Amino acid sequence: MSSPIVKLVTQRIALGILLLLAVSVLIFAGTQILPGDVAQAILGQSATPESLANLREQLGLNDPAFIRYFRWLGGVVTGDLGTAMSSGQDIATSIKGRLWNTLFLAFWAAVVAVPLAIILGLIAVRYRNGWVDKLISGLALASTSFPEFFVGYVLVYFFAVKYQIFPGISTVYDGMPFGERMQAIMLPAAALTLVVLAHMMRMTRAAILNVMQSAYVETAELKGLSAFAVIRRHAFPNAIAPIINVVMLNLAYLIVGVVVVEVIFVYPGMGQYLVDHVTKRDVPVVQAVGLIFAAVYISLNIIADIAAIVANPRLRHPK
Amino acid sequence: MSNELEFLGRRVASGKLSRRDFLGRAAALGVTATFANSLLSSAARAAGPVKGGTLKAGLVGGESTNSLDPALFMTQVPFAFGKMWGELIVELSPEGSLENRIAEEIGSSDDAKVWTLKIRDGVEFHNGKTVTAEDVAATLERHSDEKSKSGALGYMKGIESIKASGKEVVLTLKEPNADLPYLLSDYHLIVQPNGGKDGADAGISAGPYKITTNEPGVRHGGERFANYWQADKMGHADQIEIIVINDATARTSALQGGQVNMINRVEPKIVDLIKRLPGVTIRNHSGPGHYVFIMHCNTAPFDNNDLRTALKLAINREEMLDKILRGYGSLGNDFPINSAYPLFSDDIEQRTYDPDKAKFHYKKSGHDGAILLRTSDVAFPGAVDAAQLFQQSAAKAGITLEVKREPGDGYWSEVWNKQPFSASYWGGRSTQDQMYSTAYLSTADWNDTRFLRPDFDKMVLAARAELDNDKRKAMYRDMAMLVRDEGGLILPMFNQFIDATGAKVAGWVDDPHQELMNGYALAKCWLEA
Repeated sequence: MSSPIVKLVTQRIALGILLLLAVSVLIFAGTQILPGDVAQAILGQSATPESLANLREQLGLNDPAFIRYFRWLGGVVTGDLGTAMSSGQDIATSIKGRLWNTLFLAFWAAVVAVPLAIILGLIAVRYRNGWVDKLISGLALASTSFPEFFVGYVLVYFFAVKYQIFPGISTVYDGMPFGERMQAIMLPAAALTLVVLAHMMRMTRAAILNVMQSAYVETAELKGLSAFAVIRRHAFPNAIAPIINVVMLNLAYLIVGVVVVEVIFVYPGMGQYLVDHVTKRDVPVVQAVGLIFAAVYISLNIIADIAAIVANPRLRHPK
Repeated sequence: MSNELEFLGRRVASGKLSRRDFLGRAAALGVTATFANSLLSSAARAAGPVKGGTLKAGLVGGESTNSLDPALFMTQVPFAFGKMWGELIVELSPEGSLENRIAEEIGSSDDAKVWTLKIRDGVEFHNGKTVTAEDVAATLERHSDEKSKSGALGYMKGIESIKASGKEVVLTLKEPNADLPYLLSDYHLIVQPNGGKDGADAGISAGPYKITTNEPGVRHGGERFANYWQADKMGHADQIEIIVINDATARTSALQGGQVNMINRVEPKIVDLIKRLPGVTIRNHSGPGHYVFIMHCNTAPFDNNDLRTALKLAINREEMLDKILRGYGSLGNDFPINSAYPLFSDDIEQRTYDPDKAKFHYKKSGHDGAILLRTSDVAFPGAVDAAQLFQQSAAKAGITLEVKREPGDGYWSEVWNKQPFSASYWGGRSTQDQMYSTAYLSTADWNDTRFLRPDFDKMVLAARAELDNDKRKAMYRDMAMLVRDEGGLILPMFNQFIDATGAKVAGWVDDPHQELMNGYALAKCWLEA
């Protein structure tokens, strides 16, 4: 049984790398069509023609695009992301800290959100169409339907301003004690949890309900198993593929889609870093961050695919 | 009477009363402003700053792309942090006079062409080295180099040679300039060891705080520099910290939740709400900053002075001041100078909204059809709304304005200074010469109204070389009239800087030049015990 799995996994990974390469071309092309240029953006309103010309020369903006693409790709492959044009800092070094912060926040948001969503989904199925189900679905949908900034501001209002339990701004820094760090990320993690919870919960509920229509679930029920036992032993394992899919999608979102939450809570993660550099037309940074985001998305999707294959024997043997 | 003044003075010293309110009440008691000021400073000294603690500011205007190289400073956070660790040659005082810092004395030749800076003894850099004339000369050289990216390059280009000898730096200018000392107060000109030529972003100067943390776009921190040469005047808190909070709501809630002691850029529309918060004080003060609509005088249809006059008459300034700035500003009069400048003439007639006269000039210009006005929220806060107000008031004069909202991204590179009619802002400068030279000389890089007038250029150069203040004032009045009546600038309002401080912050002094006490708020304020 191992060989078809190994083959499938290798295939997926190869496909992922190919996809990443295609994305790199898109990212590079995309950054070329931004209005204005880096030099102008760095100097802003105070740009004089001389200083513009000086800066362009210094940044090597006068080379043709494809040369700059391959120079960049070569650097990325060897682990060199280049230096930020606007500040002259090494991108890999600056990103490391930021990426770690984003992952830290995403991790704790996921630790709360994923089990909570699945458990709530299971409970909703158990009491489907009853008031418990409706309450869970209603609240989850409401928290998702509000835009992130609204959820964030409401949390800030109550927990930071009115009762002052948690800090409203989550500036974390190197060497911050773990306890303080956890306290600092409490509100953004809560906001993220509220935002992704409903999606995973609803998907879990739908996937399990779908399986519940099957004949074997009916058999299990007729066998006299309790409702939870039916869900746990017969429905859930068969619904695991779509659940993993939606969990991975949301994990990816927690890493690449948290820009708004990072801005509201002043959290020094990747999103804020990207926004700053887009407005400065700092192309190397935008490319590097874009590529990292793409890699995160693609690898989480590959993991979801592989997990689905492992979970579902039928997918292992394509006809 | 004096008891009351003393009491009020103590309240100002402890931050319970704003300086301006104090001056207002002093005036009501029949005291001259000069006397009131001296009374105030003695009261502040008597109360005395409190040493210790950590002062924190939550500021908009910081990005992860910020560098410690003073030449590249542009936004508010590097500006304010630079004033914490950097020391300048000379500084503008809140009253508008010059205060010597690293320069002990500044003197000029009679024709204002050769300037001598005497360097103060015993000022120490953070690395233990003593500041020398060579360091100052090297700093000025770096910023005046044609290849420099310095934001001060525009003014520094006028320097022909820089020589350091002994304790003096001698500057020879290409053209006479009576305002040179004012130019040296530019916040980019932080004195660095060897002028920063070997490590511009090392962050070493002689300011009141030594850098401890520098995470661009996140936070900046400093600890008191033990050997600061003016320890009684600045550097009261043990530590200072700037947290970058670009989101206005987050900034307000951080102040409200007590995570920071002061914030900048409070939006006019929420000032009244913030005033109600316990412990929070709004620190608003007028300055030279202004919000404008600019027309290119050399591009049709704006190359016609009747059309320009029609548009100037078709804007309702009172309404704009009231609705866009909520009163936190003052009326503009279509020239870029107000009372924040030392040689301002306050007797120039205020232009008002006059649809009939606007209609007359519009007819006379012979133009008809819509006029395209480009705007964006980055031009100034509320610029889109302001453009729509302009559209409505102009419509009553029979002028059709078509308002186009441009994306904020790329506005400064694609629209401003490129398109013939757009919204914009100016932060103002420290002297009229600087303002006019930056944006109204024919040769100015930022002549965003395309005001190309040889007669005006001559007036600027003549005023620059004039050392008699009365004559200069008259010359600047003539220049203002020319820009007002024939220029391409529509200036409906001067904006105020609106900062806010939390409880316990004392020592605040309104400074008309820039926000946050011209950037010195963290260094000059203290936390009450």
